[in-house]
Amino acid sequence: MREGEKDPGLYDFRPYRDRAKIEWPDGKKVAVWVSPNLEFYEIDPPANLHRKSWTKPHPDIVPYGHRDYANRIGHWRLAEVMEKHGFKGSVSLSVALCQHHPEVVADASALGWEFFSHGIYNTRYCYGMDEAQERAVIEDSIRTVREATGQRIKGWLAPALTHTPRTLDLIAEYGMTYTCDLYHDDQPAPVHVRSGKLISMPYSIEVNDHYGFFVYNMSPREYADTLIRQYERLAAEGEENGTVMCIPLHSYLIGQPHRIGPFEEVLRHIAADDRAWITRSGDIADHFLSSGAYDAVAADCARYKQGDAA
Amino acid sequence: MSLDSSYLTYPMRREGMDHDLYPPSPMPRRKPVVWPNGKAVAVTLFVNLEWFPITPEDKSFRAPGHMVTPYPDFRHYTAREYGTRVGFYRLLDAFAKVDARATIAMNAAVADRYPSIVSDVAAAGHEIIAHSTDMNGTIAGNLSESEERALIHAARDTLTAAIGTAPRGWQSIARSQSWNTPRLLAEAGFDYMCDWVNDDLPYMVATSAGPIASVPFNHELSDRQMIAVQQQSMDSVAQQLDDALGWLKQESARYGAGRVLPFTMTPYITGLPYRMDAFEALLGRIASDDATWFATAGDLVDAWKPQAG
Repeated sequence: MREGEKDPGLYDFRPYRDRAKIEWPDGKKVAVWVSPNLEFYEIDPPANLHRKSWTKPHPDIVPYGHRDYANRIGHWRLAEVMEKHGFKGSVSLSVALCQHHPEVVADASALGWEFFSHGIYNTRYCYGMDEAQERAVIEDSIRTVREATGQRIKGWLAPALTHTPRTLDLIAEYGMTYTCDLYHDDQPAPVHVRSGKLISMPYSIEVNDHYGFFVYNMSPREYADTLIRQYERLAAEGEENGTVMCIPLHSYLIGQPHRIGPFEEVLRHIAADDRAWITRSGDIADHFLSSGAYDAVAADCARYKQGDAA
Repeated sequence: MSLDSSYLTYPMRREGMDHDLYPPSPMPRRKPVVWPNGKAVAVTLFVNLEWFPITPEDKSFRAPGHMVTPYPDFRHYTAREYGTRVGFYRLLDAFAKVDARATIAMNAAVADRYPSIVSDVAAAGHEIIAHSTDMNGTIAGNLSESEERALIHAARDTLTAAIGTAPRGWQSIARSQSWNTPRLLAEAGFDYMCDWVNDDLPYMVATSAGPIASVPFNHELSDRQMIAVQQQSMDSVAQQLDDALGWLKQESARYGAGRVLPFTMTPYITGLPYRMDAFEALLGRIASDDATWFATAGDLVDAWKPQAG
């Protein structure tokens, strides 16, 4: 990115009309990926001057315990429901979970879920890191996931959404192909990086369960209805040009007994609709890169460039 | 400003938790627990019965529901008292109608100031657990050990004198603990605490003063969170509890294992006239469901402990 400039120069403008057509496999209209966050939050993390981890003096056991619910109860409940309806997860992983809760990681791995990095812990922020420190976090992520699951991570969602001006260049340099940190579109698109090819994977903060329940204060049924409306709209628009719908989840929220039932109805609804390509983020990225869509979208962008850049 | 290199060291990165209170316990690995009479779901009703001094002290933090305006805050002082005088009696009547036994987490100040409430609760067969001294008695990591010990003992002793027996359970204000709380509670003779929201079932916590059970408690399934914070209606709360009960029954049948559905009420929130009908209807549906069992925290621990493996 262009550090310090008003426009960080992350990507090019491209309006939501007259776009090069993105086609999903088997003529599907909308690529749907479900993203459970498998996280570990520390009870006593070190301070980062730029952001506080917990509200109260440590140990802040209510929010800590809430998140621990995921690894004891929530994950198992959510994974069972997803498997029942044929959804493989694309996991944003606090990679230290491989050490703390290997059973959770092994379960997700055995189910055929994909892992991408969400940092070491969700209580270690990238704000203030120098380049060597950020490289160490990326290398740790690649190594830890490979050792625990055999997978080479293809994507990134910054820990607690904390970025530096270097993050995108670095993950592309390490061979990753997608970032889930940019929320400017319902279709993938090229991201400007120093080296490599990086795309923005539509992730959606807006329909994230945390937003649904704690920003918009929805009831579980309202949230389920929101996801179905989001799906119906994106599937209809996908008739013209393939779209992406991500369902980002935290099992300590969606895996609660009052929420999982209404959520299961969402999965049932999508699974029964033949317009959905139910897939994983890495598969979307692979398809986008190998089908020519990356180049077609880049050519699209060039039509809107102004002045000398054109 | 760049970060110290220690920010990238992880001394607690190991298998298990990053503290020693309890080990991981993934649900599928648990031995199924069976409730008395083969009931599928223990429904645990918690009431927070609180007394807010009109002079907040803010020692650890200001309790949720505490005074808001400049002194004297008649508005909040009296609205909380409304819960104790009126709302709580509506709840007691509602519990009686369906023969439900509840767990009353009581500030010691309530027992001290209103002894008739203690006898009314006892007569109805509900369980009283300790809920600190009054709503200035908050605990967090910045409270000294000696102050915290004094607070726990004061609450225990006042309630013991009022009830005639020592309370077996404890719930902290806003469920906020310090590093010392589980040990101090075990040391003070408590059998269980209702502060940790990380599980659907009871589990044991280890301290250097001996073990203490953690009773499942869900801060999201509470009128404070759902109504006061998230501004949902009692109709919505009731539907969410119906959905939760339905799910837990199904899970119980599938795994042959008992489940727990906790719900926490605050008398000045649920006990308002316009919310009570929907709440009583909910209680009626739960009571008429053969799969349920209204359990106090003590009932739950007593049923679970012999099975805990």
